[in-house]
Amino acid sequence: MSIIQKTATEQLALLNSGELTSVELTQAYLNQIEQVDGQVGAFLRVETESALAQAAAIDQKRATEAPLGKLAGLPVAIKDILCTKDTPTTCGSRMLENFQPPYNATVVEKIRAADGVILGRTNMDEFAMGSSTENSAYQTTQNPWDTARIPGGSSGGAAACVSADMAPLSVGTDTGGSIRQPAALCGCVGLKPTYGRVSRYGLIAFASSLDQIGPLARTVEDTALLLEVLAGHDPLDSTSVKQPTPAYSETVKQPLENLTLGVVDRHFGAGIDPEIETAVQSAIQVYESLGATIKHIAMPHADYGIATYYIIAPCEASSNLARYDGAHYGYRTDQAEVVAELAEDGSDEGPLVRMYRKTRSEGFGEEVQRRIMLGTYALSEGYYDAFYLKALKVRRLIRQDYDAAFEEVDMIIGPVTANPAFAQGEKTSDPMAMYLEDLYTVTANLAGVAGISLPCGFTSSGLPIGLQLQAAPFQEEKLLRAAQMYQAATDFHTRRPELS
Amino acid sequence: MSEFSYEIVIGLEVHVQLKTKTKLFCRCRTEFGNPPNTQTCPVCLGMPGSLPVMNKKAYFLSMRTALALNCGIPKFTKWDRKNYFYPDLPKGYQTSQFDLPMSEEGYLDIKSTKDEFEPRRVRIIRAHLEEDAGKSMHDEAAGKGDSRIDLNRTGTPLLEIVSYPDMRSAAEAKAYMQELRLLLTYLDVSDCNMQEGSLRCDANVNLHITTDDGVIATPIVEIKNMNSFRSVERGIEYEAKRQYDVWQETGKVLGELPKQTRGWDDSAQVTRSQREKEESADYRYFPCPDLVPVIVTDQQIEEVRQEIGELPSALRERLQNEFGLTVYTADVIVNQGLSLVEYYLELAAAAGDNKLAGNWVQGEVLRILNDQEIEIEDFPIDAGRLAELLKLVQAGDLDSSKAKDVFAAMLTSDSSAADVIKELGIEKVDEGALEALCQVLVERNQRIVDDVKSGNEKAVGALIGQAKKENPNVNPGQVRQICLEIINNL
Ligand SMILES: [Zn+2]
Repeated sequence: MSIIQKTATEQLALLNSGELTSVELTQAYLNQIEQVDGQVGAFLRVETESALAQAAAIDQKRATEAPLGKLAGLPVAIKDILCTKDTPTTCGSRMLENFQPPYNATVVEKIRAADGVILGRTNMDEFAMGSSTENSAYQTTQNPWDTARIPGGSSGGAAACVSADMAPLSVGTDTGGSIRQPAALCGCVGLKPTYGRVSRYGLIAFASSLDQIGPLARTVEDTALLLEVLAGHDPLDSTSVKQPTPAYSETVKQPLENLTLGVVDRHFGAGIDPEIETAVQSAIQVYESLGATIKHIAMPHADYGIATYYIIAPCEASSNLARYDGAHYGYRTDQAEVVAELAEDGSDEGPLVRMYRKTRSEGFGEEVQRRIMLGTYALSEGYYDAFYLKALKVRRLIRQDYDAAFEEVDMIIGPVTANPAFAQGEKTSDPMAMYLEDLYTVTANLAGVAGISLPCGFTSSGLPIGLQLQAAPFQEEKLLRAAQMYQAATDFHTRRPELS
Repeated sequence: MSEFSYEIVIGLEVHVQLKTKTKLFCRCRTEFGNPPNTQTCPVCLGMPGSLPVMNKKAYFLSMRTALALNCGIPKFTKWDRKNYFYPDLPKGYQTSQFDLPMSEEGYLDIKSTKDEFEPRRVRIIRAHLEEDAGKSMHDEAAGKGDSRIDLNRTGTPLLEIVSYPDMRSAAEAKAYMQELRLLLTYLDVSDCNMQEGSLRCDANVNLHITTDDGVIATPIVEIKNMNSFRSVERGIEYEAKRQYDVWQETGKVLGELPKQTRGWDDSAQVTRSQREKEESADYRYFPCPDLVPVIVTDQQIEEVRQEIGELPSALRERLQNEFGLTVYTADVIVNQGLSLVEYYLELAAAAGDNKLAGNWVQGEVLRILNDQEIEIEDFPIDAGRLAELLKLVQAGDLDSSKAKDVFAAMLTSDSSAADVIKELGIEKVDEGALEALCQVLVERNQRIVDDVKSGNEKAVGALIGQAKKENPNVNPGQVRQICLEIINNL
């Protein structure tokens, strides 16, 4: 078994026992990227030199017996939405093609402080808007299990690189399912923490009240390790919550007793792929065999999740993305063209307004522009009450559904997606079909609760299927332990895609 | 066309830059006048991924101000985004407060020292906290020149105080601004420098014209760029006349034209239409998801209330009622600011004569402050030293002109009043000697005696002059009194 096929936890043991150096491990991943990323396209940029330099510095530190951080030389891939100081951070957009932030995101600081090695930056839908990573301005990412298919999104690169053994650990972001859905479609584990669990400072905002940063890895244990590094209150993010971070990696293997799982009947039946339904039902039976009690619960407002999400998220996005106007940083349209155009069309639009218009039309892709327009419309005078305000009310009802459910059950169990990975290009001309990819995931973001996706089977054509568990706010510790119970009883997470 | 009488209706929106060391949502400094773009960071530059964190000091300074303006403080307040594009607004939105401001419903009483208007209570709709924008300097003409943006000011905490349209003349508006500025100075919440922009005023103005068919209202105009008390007054006066003329010409009334924004051009003394702002803007306000709402307790509000010292209106009353000062003297002292009031209180206590202290502060002390353009903190005679001088005046040992000589000498030395009196050779004349001198003078000036006897008391003044020649230390009042007594007894 090659070193990159081992789990991060196993690699960590080898690093700590001196049988493996961080440079060797990093080099092994760089080699794998070299070999397979041509087919997958998970990385936008591989930071070979700086990764090896970081690894060497960590090895040096270990040699002097200085205390090492929790990651102790493990490589980590970072979604290109997290600011890293003085290196490009594009957010998958032309708008930020040449943008280099003057500061690090808090989670980047935390990974560095934990002696993680940053391997490179993973591909994503532009500004995290999309469910297939096809909205990246730079490249598509292929699903390692079938390269004709999409990896999911928006953290498609983050999931694909883990799935194809190009990184043991990966950081993504989840606004409506952007970690859990690609994790499900790529057959790895992905966790969306409770809103406020992880600092958003340095996460380029899509929808601030929904965005959360979270870990992706091959196993639940590895996921627990990375979450432990990422989580924690940050004085730079006033929405991050002052809650102590449990030692997830230490407790993850402790099974939960008297576990009660809630099943929402509406998650099954019409609309869901029968193979997925079967796999998820089998997973529920696994839990029953492990002693869990299954309860049927109602989430009466869950049906409005997608509609609510696609009002709130674009509203916030329309404001969050106003800063990309060409005036201060990032892409700016050609000045001479602005002047020439104005002279030619004789418009009384001022050069400033024309500069804004051209910059934003040229710098943003179609989906981003669509959502900015949706959000601008929904916040406009005369529409605000009917759309934004109504959506906020429904959001509160959805949160109440969760609160009521968690009175009765410890966790909610169900599918992550209704269908396995679809073909590249299949839904690009049908935004509504694409939006429905988030059907089972958005409500966790709207309510701010935690959710995890883990492998629970394969379709007959060999595509991964994901199982979702959702827990009450700040119950990640239990969520991970419950997920680990399932993983210990199954072997879906051990299967690897075959790339030539 | 015939002429009609009208009333000016004025509401003011005042922006106050709060005196915090750092900005509202980041830790950049707020100093004025540093090189462009040297007081910035990822947060106030609106860099991707940066997040705001509220400066609590700004919130509590706002609360102190709002309480002093008699406003109510809701226990829950939140932040909203006001969305619009402009280069001096790097995020594309201003973080402000929309439907749940941090304070509402207060008032400020104003009165005229020159009887220009009846005392008035100006009600305040709300005071809310928001971030300032940057400054842009550019050539407005299309295609000409480069625009320059300075973001040092971006994110400085601003308290916007919005009044009801309760003022009825430019003089009232000016008085409101002056009283508000005074209050803010007493509260120590702002530098209140109108030239530097730490106190800014926009006025909403229209006219209620009494026509033959009843009262009509003209369209409301917002006047901006009034950077001094005088321009507030002039701008509103100009605008009132302009609106009257436009109404005479067009007959357009409120509702028939959109709200217009006009800028005050101080050099030309006119208001000019600001074209780009005329389109009715939809700011798409919505709650800022990056900031948590602010929740305060009764106890916190009470603590802030305790921080507030005595305010101008209460001090004016106290100086009149307890210290017996005239309305005018009390106004003059209080309007100079808290430090002069404190100087006065110390002086009055030490000298033991409230009125005399009031007259000296309002007269001699203020004259020196104005002449030398200094603040009371830099005034060379402290209250204790001046009190010694006032005690001598009060005891009748010094006449007022001698006292002023002593005062002048004390300005340039550290000597006590008593030492200065010695240095100047001023001595109290023995009463027997003074009577003898007067006796001699009366005998020497028969014509003056006759004049006085025939009813012209003023003629005795010539004797005072002669007495001073004989002995410069004589008290003119005493000389006058003694001479008159001698003449009348003749
Ligand atoms: Zn700053």
